[in-house]
Amino acid sequence: MRAFLAALVRLATGVRLLPEAPHGNGPAIFFANHASHMDFVVVWAALPNALRDLTSPAAAEDYWGATKLRRRIACELFRAVLIPRRDVNRSNHPVERLGTALEAGRSVILFPEGTRSLDGETSEFKSGLYHLARRYPDIPLIPVHLENLSRILPKGSRLPVPLIAQARFLAPMRLEPEEPKPVFLQRARSALEEMDPH
Amino acid sequence: MDPETQRLLGLVGGILVIASVIGFILSRRAKSEAARATIANLNARIRSWWVMAAIFSATILLGPIFTTVLFAMLSFLAMREFITLTRTDRADHEVLFWAFFIILPLHYLLVGIGWYGMFTIFIPVYAFAFIPFRRVLSGETKNFLASTSRIQWALLICVYAVSHMPMILRLPLRDYEGENAKLLFFFVLTVQLSDVLQYVWGKTCGKHPVAPRVSPHKTWEGTVGGIGTTVLISSLLWWATPFSPWQAGLMALLICLAGFFGGLVLSAIKRDLGAKDWGGAIAGHGGFLDRIDSLCFAAPLFFHITGFCFGTGMDPRPPAWILEWLGR
Repeated sequence: MRAFLAALVRLATGVRLLPEAPHGNGPAIFFANHASHMDFVVVWAALPNALRDLTSPAAAEDYWGATKLRRRIACELFRAVLIPRRDVNRSNHPVERLGTALEAGRSVILFPEGTRSLDGETSEFKSGLYHLARRYPDIPLIPVHLENLSRILPKGSRLPVPLIAQARFLAPMRLEPEEPKPVFLQRARSALEEMDPH
Repeated sequence: MDPETQRLLGLVGGILVIASVIGFILSRRAKSEAARATIANLNARIRSWWVMAAIFSATILLGPIFTTVLFAMLSFLAMREFITLTRTDRADHEVLFWAFFIILPLHYLLVGIGWYGMFTIFIPVYAFAFIPFRRVLSGETKNFLASTSRIQWALLICVYAVSHMPMILRLPLRDYEGENAKLLFFFVLTVQLSDVLQYVWGKTCGKHPVAPRVSPHKTWEGTVGGIGTTVLISSLLWWATPFSPWQAGLMALLICLAGFFGGLVLSAIKRDLGAKDWGGAIAGHGGFLDRIDSLCFAAPLFFHITGFCFGTGMDPRPPAWILEWLGR
């Protein structure tokens, strides 16, 4: 069922299936630039079947948890981790929730910008990626550059245009020992930006 | 299926069987790394040809509605590749939605119901006006002319031009009623044969490039050899068309020349956009647009010249003095 859905997503968006996991075995943290509601579905659909079954995308709780239907789609179909963007406290902290998934041996997909960009440019990263990287130094961080998603379904439009999307999985990276937070976040962000054609 | 259609299908099947056998023998003989890569690409192309020929033949046999739907899908996929490579802005988003989901289906609906008069003007008149109208509503003036022109070109090449192929099935021709599927087959076979033979001639004895900056693999030897052979083969297929042998040869020459320039033009656009292939959908060939680039300009030209010379008159008659001058 999920493999079929992923195949449909690939057919509709033109995204290619990865032949094998980009990092070997075990959980990984995939992070991508954020331009549209479809982003996590696209990264999820590009993963090899076995890895996809063990991967949870992060989804905004204020959107995906807002109605019963959306919550069911996010949690049961995509097995997403719902992430609060407002009123964050100790018990619902995004790093805690993603950490639970990682400790259960699952990979996660997250969007460190926190919100969709308006112009297709990658904005500043929030610090969640850094805290995850510090807590789980052995889990590889894999940058995924999403192309054309902002042209397919830009923020502020409900009408999709059927262009061909691309998800490029780039070389895994890790947090260096003693690396300061801003340096690391900048490094992670520029890993994605180097792929920008302009 | 009438015997002439059977013969056409048999011919295509025969060519593909021979090509597959040659490809197999070559793959056994290839020694160097470069030769092996070329042969692997050749065999990928041949395998894709089998699939494309099977789909095309099957839909033609299923009738005009299936053929129209097939070409509508082809237009959709081609325009998708075209727009993906073209730079478009946020202000183009709604216009693009109209182009893909309203203008394209409406245009093919006109093909499906065979409304020839509206079919010829729908995109050049109505869509031509609507696209800048909708774009101007966004209030954005940056790139206005460039964006609207790109979308208009996308519609003209990928939708308008391509749709002339299923429209061949609706073209009323003298003493040829109910046989138009063979004419469409003749047209597509000629263009694709010319592509393949230009590739074969170019690979075997091509030396002098025609336009090295636009398309480095097109050579004079390949072009002249390929077009010459195609014209010869296609004129031998005159029995499937409303043409006499020499007319079939002339038509094939026209199709090949238009196809040659169409391929060069789309290659120039592609390079202008900074890409080598339009996409990666068909193994060995590139994208859908890479496969149909030479059909785009040839289809409307072939359609209208055939209609003018052999038709029973879909268009209003030209002025009397022109008919007199033409001796008709």
